[in-house]
Amino acid sequence: MTRVASALFSRLVIIIPYAWLLFFFLIPFFIVFRISLSQTAVAMPPYTPVFDLFGGLSGILEKAREFSFDNYVWLTEDVLYFNAYVSSVIIAAVSTVLTLLIAYPVAYGMAKAPKTIRPTLLMLVILPFWTSFLIRVYAWIAILKPEGLLNQFLMSINVIDQPLIILNTNWAIYIGIVYSYLPFMVLPIYSSLEKMDHTLTEAALDLGCTPFTAFWRVTFPLSLAGVVAGCLLVFIPAVGEFVIPDLLGGSETLMIGKTLWNEFNANRDWPVSSAVATILLLILVLPIVYFQNAQAKADSEGK
Amino acid sequence: MKSLGSIRRSFAPWADPASKPFISVKNVTKRFGDFTAVDDLSLDIYTREFFALLGASGCGKSTLLRMLAGFEQPTSGEIILDGQSLAGIPPYRRPVNMMFQSYALFPHMTVENNIAFGLKQDGMPKADIAARVAQMLKLVKLEKFSQRKPHQLSGGQRQRVALARSLAKRPKVLLLDEPLGALDKKLREETQFELMDLQQELGLTFVVVTHDQEEAMTMADRIAVMSHGKVIQVATPAEIYEAPNSRFVADFIGDVNIFEGAVGGADGGYVRLEGTNGFPIRMASPERPATGGKSAVAVRPEKIRVSRQPPAHAPVNAVQGEIWDIGYLGDMTVFHVRLKDGRVIKASSLNAVRAVEDPLGYDQEVWISFGEDAGVVLKD
Repeated sequence: MTRVASALFSRLVIIIPYAWLLFFFLIPFFIVFRISLSQTAVAMPPYTPVFDLFGGLSGILEKAREFSFDNYVWLTEDVLYFNAYVSSVIIAAVSTVLTLLIAYPVAYGMAKAPKTIRPTLLMLVILPFWTSFLIRVYAWIAILKPEGLLNQFLMSINVIDQPLIILNTNWAIYIGIVYSYLPFMVLPIYSSLEKMDHTLTEAALDLGCTPFTAFWRVTFPLSLAGVVAGCLLVFIPAVGEFVIPDLLGGSETLMIGKTLWNEFNANRDWPVSSAVATILLLILVLPIVYFQNAQAKADSEGK
Repeated sequence: MKSLGSIRRSFAPWADPASKPFISVKNVTKRFGDFTAVDDLSLDIYTREFFALLGASGCGKSTLLRMLAGFEQPTSGEIILDGQSLAGIPPYRRPVNMMFQSYALFPHMTVENNIAFGLKQDGMPKADIAARVAQMLKLVKLEKFSQRKPHQLSGGQRQRVALARSLAKRPKVLLLDEPLGALDKKLREETQFELMDLQQELGLTFVVVTHDQEEAMTMADRIAVMSHGKVIQVATPAEIYEAPNSRFVADFIGDVNIFEGAVGGADGGYVRLEGTNGFPIRMASPERPATGGKSAVAVRPEKIRVSRQPPAHAPVNAVQGEIWDIGYLGDMTVFHVRLKDGRVIKASSLNAVRAVEDPLGYDQEVWISFGEDAGVVLKD
């Protein structure tokens, strides 16, 4: 009896995450994908065909014949979409590299800090999440605008005599993304550095490495799993980011999140925006698959 | 001429006043905050010596080793290696290599790359590296495992990789921190002899840190017994065992029975102890403690005889008791004999024959006795 119960329990434990993925990822994705095959219409919802579940199977099949890939063809015809994808990926990639450059030393310092103060440092990294994301991005407008805090400060110490134009440029987007996503980079790198055996560094020093080469040949390669995880955690949401480019970026900044928003709300073209979202997902699935492989490899390396 | 223990090789530069030490630790003190890990410690280690630092955990032996490697700097005092002071020289510029207790193998590199690590760092030509790595793999008998990652190896194989890696750069001194601590007993015993052979073959100076006295006794030319940051005695294994300079060393190394008493009158080259509860002791000793003072004699269990009849020299160095416990270990039998005053004396005898007629049993009345050169008169 207990064995049956425990078998049932372990089955349940496996089913729950899969059910989660099914209901909150796969089914919504298929709904979006189906809409992307429809045509826009002045209706509610604003696309055709709409299934009439009372029309029976033949009715559904007949409606399904109206599906087409026209929206995907449309995406290739207008260079706007291609540019938006490319620009999103570039902005996300640049932001990811900048985040890494800032987060790695932070994580390294945290991992090297005395054990007693590490929980406090971790707390400080997570602390910004206690305030609304939107408010924090708005705060950057106040800091970055021409008469904002940053320019006031730099002018008061006579570093510049003209205010820097940062707001509404790509630099503002980089700053916004780096700021918002920094904890997602710091935490995985910290966790990979923190569990590392410090005698490995001593062994490298003993074998003739200077502290810098010891870091480069031993510490950094061993923290790569954390670096990869952090980069994906920043890159993937940054590609589809909407709020930061909308609030901090300029009107000419092209990002796919903004394009999606426009198609959906301004143009009310649900099918095209669904197609945009589907393509975005495909672009993002590739790094996720890579991440999974890297993770599996790191696990099999088993420390 | 009588000599203490077995002589392994005629190698005793420490006894020769003309020979210069290779490593000189001079009045070295190391403090961590309020804690003094190494306390005004001095010792000399000679070229090609297999030197063991032995002590309980926290006695400062690992700190001393880490100061030799360069991971810690002495708070005061200095360390001289081959005529050169090591003060301020970082670990990566010292001609010493260390084998770590945890092995510290790089998990992201193959066995081959682990061994080649230090050679690549020195910018050795590729062909030479390959040759040296092959030689090292052969030395530790791991030729077939060159492409494995450390996690694909057994504990004993990892230990060999760590050894090969630390030897690859041909250091002048190899420091070994509990090198066999993670191995099981049988493998540890085999590896002890392999390490000795290796050290002889390569002609290197080994400094090994261990808490395992058997390991130190087996491998080392000389042992430094440490306690609370100080060296208590530096001597060959036989001297440490047969002529400990203090009660601490006698007690720390092996089993020992200690008999205390008042020092009696002059008696040639012998010390007489009176008032040791029932039986006087007469023991050969080069030095004589002051008459009337308190002293003690340490006698190892294997030097104590257990017999039914009193020995001819009774009551000197002989006393009656009752067998309290018998431990049969195969190669020998350990007797715990309880004296009239309640003290329990340990005696052991070699089982040189397979079957004994009328063996000693529990609760039997016996005599324990020992010869006049069986023990050592302790100074404190």
